[in-house]
Amino acid sequence: MSVKNYVQFEFPSKPENVSFSRSCVGAFATQLECTLEDIEEIKLVVSEAVSNSIIHGYDNQPNEKIRIIVSIMDEGTLEIVVQDFGKGIQNLDQAMEPAFSSDPARMGMGFTFMKSFTDELDVVTAPGEGTCICLRRTFSRPDEDDFPEGG
Amino acid sequence: MDIDKKQVRDTLVVRLAGELDMMVTDRLRQELDETIDQGRVRMLIIDLERVSFIDSSGLGVLIGRYKKMSALNGRMFIVGAKTSVEKILCFSGVNKLIPLYKNEREIISN
Repeated sequence: MSVKNYVQFEFPSKPENVSFSRSCVGAFATQLECTLEDIEEIKLVVSEAVSNSIIHGYDNQPNEKIRIIVSIMDEGTLEIVVQDFGKGIQNLDQAMEPAFSSDPARMGMGFTFMKSFTDELDVVTAPGEGTCICLRRTFSRPDEDDFPEGG
Repeated sequence: MDIDKKQVRDTLVVRLAGELDMMVTDRLRQELDETIDQGRVRMLIIDLERVSFIDSSGLGVLIGRYKKMSALNGRMFIVGAKTSVEKILCFSGVNKLIPLYKNEREIISN
């Protein structure tokens, strides 16, 4: 798979940047053949990944670094990498269980949304080093055979 | 996010506008809890008609207030959720705990 286009950006772990980051990725994704509903789902998974980094990776410390690399691959695949350099996830299997949250104020649906609204989810995490979440979703492109020949 | 609260007798109607994510959850939680803790609220209606986005942080606030209202033997409803928000409420199962209605009139008629 080759990269056709990409955007990379970094920002401090401030709550106000959650909205900014999901909007950026959503805007970038419009280059693909996707619907408004698809864009809403992409924005949701980015929101979950970035919120996880701020809340769990950095314990809400506002001046730590989050990096996002979003790429459009050939075959219409969107790849989103959200990386933090925080404390990492101690028990990844537990963190990925639906409704599990180490923060009682959250619902614990973050990884469930990420898994449900993407085709692939890879998580690499190490205590004290951070977490890197890679999400991939392929959008169907209209097949040329689906269209009648023009006159 | 705009938070507009209106209480009539024991019913508190909260109209929200904007995006419901971790940026606003602390403030929303605090405002709702302060009003509920002042007493007399037995029915909480959250109007999401002007909410354009919700994630698990926002869902957490709703579930937390549902638990609080249940502990007070009160009830909670959500009204006006647009399609994209309703989809997340249903996907997460929130709608099984907090009934969704189109508007306040529909709550009364049911």
